[in-house]
Parts: sequence; C-alpha cells; structure tokens
Amino acid sequence: MSLLKVDDIHVYYGAIHAIKGVSFEVNEGEIVTLIGANGAGKSTTLNTVAGLLRPRTGTISFDGRPVTSVPANKIVSLGMALCPEGRRIFQQMTVRENLEMGGYTRPAAEIPASIEEMFQRFPRLKEREKQIAGTLSGGEQQMLAIARAMMSKPRLLMLDEPSMGLAPILVEQIFDIIKELHEAGVTILLIEQNAQAALSIADRAYVMETGNITMSGAADDLLHNDDVRKAYLGN
Amino acid sequence: MISLLSTLLNGLSLGSVYAIIALGYTMVYGIAKMLNFAHGDVIMIGAYISFSAIFYWGLHPILGFLLAMLVCTVLGIVIESLAYKPLRQATSLAVLITAIGMSYLLQNSAQLIWGANTKAFPKMFSLPDASLFGGAITISNNTISMLNDQLKISGNMLLTILACVIIMVSLVLFINKTKMGKAMRCVSEDKGAAELMGVNVNKTISMTFAIGSALAAVAGVLLCASYPSLQPTTGAMPGIKAFTAAVFGGIGSIPGAMVGGILLGVIEKLGQTYVSDQLGDAFAFAVLIIVLLVKPTGLLGKKVHEKV
Repeated sequence: MSLLKVDDIHVYYGAIHAIKGVSFEVNEGEIVTLIGANGAGKSTTLNTVAGLLRPRTGTISFDGRPVTSVPANKIVSLGMALCPEGRRIFQQMTVRENLEMGGYTRPAAEIPASIEEMFQRFPRLKEREKQIAGTLSGGEQQMLAIARAMMSKPRLLMLDEPSMGLAPILVEQIFDIIKELHEAGVTILLIEQNAQAALSIADRAYVMETGNITMSGAADDLLHNDDVRKAYLGN
Repeated sequence: MISLLSTLLNGLSLGSVYAIIALGYTMVYGIAKMLNFAHGDVIMIGAYISFSAIFYWGLHPILGFLLAMLVCTVLGIVIESLAYKPLRQATSLAVLITAIGMSYLLQNSAQLIWGANTKAFPKMFSLPDASLFGGAITISNNTISMLNDQLKISGNMLLTILACVIIMVSLVLFINKTKMGKAMRCVSEDKGAAELMGVNVNKTISMTFAIGSALAAVAGVLLCASYPSLQPTTGAMPGIKAFTAAVFGGIGSIPGAMVGGILLGVIEKLGQTYVSDQLGDAFAFAVLIIVLLVKPTGLLGKKVHEKV
C-alpha cells in the first residue's frame, strides 16, 4: 500500500493556478523523485503535502488517512517531515537548539538520545554543537537541515532541493547521506534540479512541467529516456 | 556628585519602566512582525484596574496588582484574536492602522468607564520605617535616605528597578530554556519553518501578546506608583517612549529593549537636570536619532546574512 497518495490536487496562489491536477504516490521504503525545471511546481507540491499550502481541490492521504486539511504543525507528528528549500534552519539558534526544535513534537526525554544519533551520523554537527547555526558553511547548514527534519523520526522524509547552491563535492556527500537514510528505513520523496543525481538514486520518478506531471516511471527508464535526457540532463 | 548619582538613580528607575514596556513592544514585533501601538494603552488599563481594585473594591494593593496583570493578560489575547489575527495576511500598513484604532478604542473605553477626570493613584507599596547601620541609612515615609540625608531613594524607585531586573532575568531564562520560549524564537525567525517543526504559530503569537500585556500591567502599576496621576491618556506618552527605547536598543531584541529603555530613561533625566527641564524629551530623542544614523538596526539589533 502506498504511504503517501496525492490525488488530483489543484493549488492556487491567488488567481494563479500553480498546480493543475497532480497525482502521484510514494510506497513505503521507496525513494521517489520529482524532477522538472524551475517553476514547474515541484516545491509548491511538496509544501502542499506538508500542509503549508492548502489545495483547492483534490486529496492527500498518508498511511491510508486523509491529511488534506491537516495544518502543517500537525503533519509532522503524523510521521512526515519536510526539509524545506533553502534549508531554512534557525540561523540565530545553536546547532543543538535547531536539533531540539526538530524534535519539538516528541517527548523531551527522548531528545538527547536522538541528538546523539544525529551527531553520530553527522560528526561535523557534533563539532559545531554550540555554534550559532548561521555561522555554519552552506554544506553544514544543509546537513543540519536534514538532521533537524530527521529529529521528528519521520516515516516519510521530504527533501526540497537539498543540493541547491552546494559545491559538487558536497552535492555528492548530500546524496550519500540520502542513500544512507534510505538504507536505515526512511521513505524519501526528493525534489531536485540535479536530475542526473536524483534519478540515479531513486526507485521511481515523476517529471513535472508547468503544474502538471508529464511523465512517470522507474528512475532507470527515465534516466535513459531520450526526451528526459534532452530536457533535463543536457545531452 | 551626589546630584549626579541621584539623577542617575532617577533615570534608572524611569528607564526600568520604559524597559518593561519596551519588552512588550519588542516581543510582539519580533514574533508577529507588527507594531502594537495599543500596547501603551494596555498599561493605562492595567493602572485603572488596580486603581479600581484598591480604591473602589477595597482590595489589598498586591491583589489589585495581580488582578491588573490577569485582566491585561486576557485583554492582550482578546485584542490579538479580534483585531490582529484576521489581518495575518494583510499589509503591514493595515495592521498598523488597526493598532492605532485599537489604541483610541481603549482610551475612549477607559474614558467611558472611569471618566476623563484625573484620578489620584493610591499608594501601592510602602517600606517599613527603620534605621540601619547605626543611622547611616534611614527609612522613613517610604524613602530611603543615605549619606547624611543627601541621597534619597524612594521605595517605589527601588521596587521599579528590582522588578525590572527580575523580569529581565526570568524572561531571558524563559526564552532560552523553555520549550515555549524556544518555539517563540523559532516563530520570530521563520514562521513557516517553525510550523514544519510542529509549532502552533497562532498559539505562540497569542502567548506573546499575553506575556507582553501582563508586563504592561506591571509597568502601569509601577509608573502610577511613582507618578500618581491617572487619566485615559496616561499610557500614550510612556508607550511612545518605550517604543522609541525598543528601536533604540534594536527592535526584536530582548536585551536591546532592556538596554534601550534604561539608557533612554537615564538620558532623559540627565537632559532634564543638566540641560533644561523642558528639553529632557528632545534630548533623549536626539540621542536616538544619532544612534540610528550610526547604527540603523539599533544598539543590539543584528542583521543575519544568508550563507551559500
């Protein structure tokens, strides 16, 4: 059964029809990626799933339960976490406080152990535990954003452009982290402009264009599809 | 020398009141990103409530004080949910105009309930008469006299400064150590990201108004204990001064409000004593203008740059 099922959602920004009937699903244990050009509606779709935006029509269900009208602050306790575009870590708080906020919905007693787990996975964050998050490098901030999202122990982790603005070596690191998290049992929904990298780690993929899903299939097939190669992989 | 010390103490006490009010401005600005110009009038309501409690209902001053805090806390939550919450998505100008409207509504409601006549605020607190250190310090008539009676500190002044210190320390602890406090800092930085963490943004904003308004009640009582005349416009001037203090210190910053408030009070008193009694305010505002010219974010305000 699918963990996340999005069925024909339409999202508007005022009068602008941004998402025009998007449907997709993510099964337990998969890495699914949404690829597409800037402005295709990928982030809007993810923000809608996370509850930050409300679809005008259509339904979203998580683990068989309808979550279409659940507000963002309740979504996280259901087991979905969004690591938003541009990282959006709390710049004026310390690394540790950022992680604590990630576990906001969980019992306080469980937080220290979870933070230790994150420090084991991201030793760089341990070194910077007491540092103000705004002083971290871009790559470290991205790690912190992912670790913060993981602090809620999500079953579904949604990542919005985790490689944006990072040097190639760091991009590789971030994708390794995503693979590791997936191996640890987290289902992942990934949005990327770096289609090559996203398709090479994903199980399945959807291609978005101007508010619609225009193609979908196994990530491997799309990676070798001529149209996809021309449009998104540059060859 | 003694006169300078006495002026500084007076300034510290007045500045403490500004600081307590400025905390309300700065917290609300930090979290809801709005200037709540009705904040000054909540001070006045707080003062009227404690006045009524003591004068009409014969309650003990401490009870009157607590009642004022309670009423203002509720008032703050009600103002936010009725007037400001529906405007969460509106332009900041619409919110500003609403806040000014709310300010007049409160002033006129107070005039309707308590009348336009100035009320003499009852004596709130008094120190027991005593003679300490073999007469070096004597307390009589709610005034502490030191240095052969040359330096006099009123009980109210002492209480105001003390209250300010206690409030500052507890607020800093609350913001940095408690879950609710941390949630407030998150909302102040990034509402959307805070929501993604599971923070209920509306509840957090309500809570901020509650705390700010409770502090306004404290400020109202302290202010009227030192300057015991109460009328519907009592809160307006201290409100504007405290807003200035918050900007002076760096709006959105809690230590900034404290530093800004105290400095503004001290500068005002120094100006009154050494420049001109009438020019105290002008002097304070001139310093503000100079500080903002040199450092537009205020003394402790900071700007965070995004890193790539």
